[in-house]
Amino acid sequence: MSVHDSWRVDAREKVTGQARFAADLHIPGQLIGKVWRSGQTHARIVSLDATEAKKIPGVVKIMLAGDMPAHTTWSTYPFLAQGRVLYQGDAVALVAAESEEAALAALAQMEAVYEALPPVLSLDEALEESAPILHNSYPDNRVANSHWPVRKGNIREGFEQSDLVLEREYRTSHVEHAYIEPEAVVVMTDWDGSLIIYGSTQNPFNTRRAVAAATGYPLNKVRVVQQAVGGSFGGKEESVGLLAGRASVLCLATGRPVKMTYSREESVIESSKRHPFRFRYKVGAKRDGRLMALQAELVDEGGAYNFQAQFMNWRACVHAAGVYHIPNVEIDVYAVHTNHVFGGAMRGYSSPQIIFAQESLMDELAAALGLEPLALRRLNFLREGDETITGQILHEPVNAEKVTLRALDLADYERKKEAYRRQDPDTRQVGGIGFATCFRGCGLGAEAPDATGAILSVQEDGSIVVRSSLTDMGQGLQTAHAQLVARELGVSPARIVSKPVDTSLVPEGGMTVASRGTYSGGKPILQAVARIKQILLHVAAQKLECSAGELAMANDCVFRREDPSQKLSFAEVASAAFWSGHSLSVTEWFQPGPLRWERETGQGEAFPSYTYSCVVAEVSVDRLTGKATVTKLVSVHDAGRVVHAGAASGQVYGGMAMGVGMALMEGLNFERGLVTSTNFDRYLIPTAADIPEAVFEFLPSDGNSGAAGAKSLGEATVEAVPAAVANALAAAGYRLRTLPALSESLLKRERG
Amino acid sequence: MAKKRLCLTVNGRAIEQEIEENLRLLDVLRDELGLTGSKEGCGIGECGACTVILDGKAVNSCLVLALSADGGVVETVEGLAAGDHLDPLQESFLDNHALQCGFCTPGMLMSAKALLKENPAPGVEEIKEAISGNLCRCTGYVQIVEAVKEAAQRLGGG
Ligand code: FES
Ligand code: FES
Repeated sequence: MSVHDSWRVDAREKVTGQARFAADLHIPGQLIGKVWRSGQTHARIVSLDATEAKKIPGVVKIMLAGDMPAHTTWSTYPFLAQGRVLYQGDAVALVAAESEEAALAALAQMEAVYEALPPVLSLDEALEESAPILHNSYPDNRVANSHWPVRKGNIREGFEQSDLVLEREYRTSHVEHAYIEPEAVVVMTDWDGSLIIYGSTQNPFNTRRAVAAATGYPLNKVRVVQQAVGGSFGGKEESVGLLAGRASVLCLATGRPVKMTYSREESVIESSKRHPFRFRYKVGAKRDGRLMALQAELVDEGGAYNFQAQFMNWRACVHAAGVYHIPNVEIDVYAVHTNHVFGGAMRGYSSPQIIFAQESLMDELAAALGLEPLALRRLNFLREGDETITGQILHEPVNAEKVTLRALDLADYERKKEAYRRQDPDTRQVGGIGFATCFRGCGLGAEAPDATGAILSVQEDGSIVVRSSLTDMGQGLQTAHAQLVARELGVSPARIVSKPVDTSLVPEGGMTVASRGTYSGGKPILQAVARIKQILLHVAAQKLECSAGELAMANDCVFRREDPSQKLSFAEVASAAFWSGHSLSVTEWFQPGPLRWERETGQGEAFPSYTYSCVVAEVSVDRLTGKATVTKLVSVHDAGRVVHAGAASGQVYGGMAMGVGMALMEGLNFERGLVTSTNFDRYLIPTAADIPEAVFEFLPSDGNSGAAGAKSLGEATVEAVPAAVANALAAAGYRLRTLPALSESLLKRERG
Repeated sequence: MAKKRLCLTVNGRAIEQEIEENLRLLDVLRDELGLTGSKEGCGIGECGACTVILDGKAVNSCLVLALSADGGVVETVEGLAAGDHLDPLQESFLDNHALQCGFCTPGMLMSAKALLKENPAPGVEEIKEAISGNLCRCTGYVQIVEAVKEAAQRLGGG
């Protein structure tokens, strides 16, 4: 690693306790806001009574849906439910009080009468003919716009040409983001009557939309200022929009600043979850292993409300067949509503679930054909010039096979596999090794415009401010952006301040999702750097009496390449440029070229570039207790060119841990639709003691469309982990088709 | 609710304050003293984000009733650095990229600090054990364990 690669813009503040998260803010005169939730799975609201609650000393305001100044919903999510509640997290009243105690006391005094309605408690129930209808506009309980088909070749002929056809069903569970910081916002009014929202938000511009919806304010009177965000992984989105909208109406109704912080329980109850999926796959292959046909139905549970499934399922249809060449394909992806907490974005979007199913299927198919898992994959891997199932010819380097061979090599896979095959099956502790390979479309692709912006300003003293329209939620995006600037201008990162998003200062640049922060978000930064550089070189050339082309920038100086002693410090040049009237503040916008997509057939150009990954897992199972442990993970990623090695390594290790959690321990528990695992005593995530030996490598590659050659990484790191663990468990004798692979499920297998 | 007098030494400073009886040590630190470095992640003693050192031991300050700590000596993340001079643990966290969102970091540092006080040369397993009550969702712990190990070495242990 270079010296710069352990440097982070916000690290010093974070190790000293100075970094300010939303819950750390205190505005003089602030009230504490609280939400009163239904606690019902599905019910009609008969009556709500706040009379007694209003009498509690210190209670300043109680609001019901009828008191909302503008909209009661944002997208499909209610700020306050009216008439009916569709899941336990639905809010029915808001309280603002002088203290936490008073607010909580008020909640305890609220009275509600509900009339229970028949609930829909699983995606299977949602699909039943006689299922209760949850949203009148969707009588089949399907989430709006969530159906994405893929039609390629001729599926009937494909199966006819197959020597072997295999059908399997796989399932995954609700996974909680479990960012350690629960959601929080503080809202106040500015002297011009506009609103300022300080919050832990992944997508400040969406939070702004939510606040505008709740208050009826135009967007230019809502300013969202992102605070240090304590992790998000796709989660601080819907719940934070709702939180900010609610706090804003309380702030306007009371004329006082309002702070709202979720408890862990509220965070788990209201924040979105990784969509659980049910996969029904049917695959046909020639005896030699060539894949001929794939038919699949992917159904995900959208929960009570949903806006994400339409986007998520598009990505799902592109990736549904994995990184393989298959001539005949028929895929349908759709989501359904239930009376559970809603599904949303979570690191990897739909991919970790899909890869688990589809890579399990590949291993099962290999076994059925009597082939080695690697042999089957090598025969079918996509290669440069191949067409994907969604009709895209891959022109960039396709490194599925390369990352796989390298990862297997690093893991000593062949030798270990043989050793595990020879192990005594009667010992208490058995082990296995398995792997999974995948690709990930970089950025948003044809899902939505991957456009975004940035502002770069060099100050007269040579210090620099970088502002991106995309957010840092812990992954280190501000650092990666600062690194790009430092590298291009030849200055030390210490010169650079990289700021969190403030919606009043940067152009709206879309959501920070789809691992596009560096891949796309780096582009307007590089464009801005190029413009600034041109100005600085022009000014320096005048001073050094040479042409700009003769100059280079490095070590915080501008100098003549021929004679480095002829130089000016970066600060001198910046000052000269400023005082000669040049603009050193540049706003840039990156707009990608359009991508083609035909909805009915699912054919087109899905993504400009793909990240390729392979993960190898080794597991050990205690046959007596059913407890599975991941003992080692090896991963290799072709993420193009890595911008910041320290941050990138952190992504890989973090992704591995999250993948282990999803594979072995994480799944929300419900009782008649109510979440029972609402805190970390019952919803377990990996601790330091659960972390396997972890080895990884980046396989550098060029020729992609990313900023500075960087492809998507953050999500790719987690995606293949659950699948690899599942295949390792299968190698140890436990083929589980439902995640998480809890010890109960393993024991059941053990006892037949 | 009745107020009672609480005496504490926090990061070397003597504190004397009238507080509500039901306050937790975490509330006193964050709300009364403005030391917001210690975080609340779960409120039930499971995440470790609120870890501080009380009388030499790492504790979850969300589980400590403030008055029960009366007369105690408390160290928080704000007390680790001496002015601009970072503690070797903090340095090592920076050098090893041992943080991302940083929300778990204060608690992590305090658990590690308590460990190194007791055991200046911990092995990897001992480090993992010492921080196993501190949840981190971002880092996968690898770089944190590295950082603690390196800090121990810098301090002359390990
Ligand atoms: S807040 Fe104290 S342990 Fe989580
Ligand atoms: S760095 Fe985010 S929780 Fe640890």
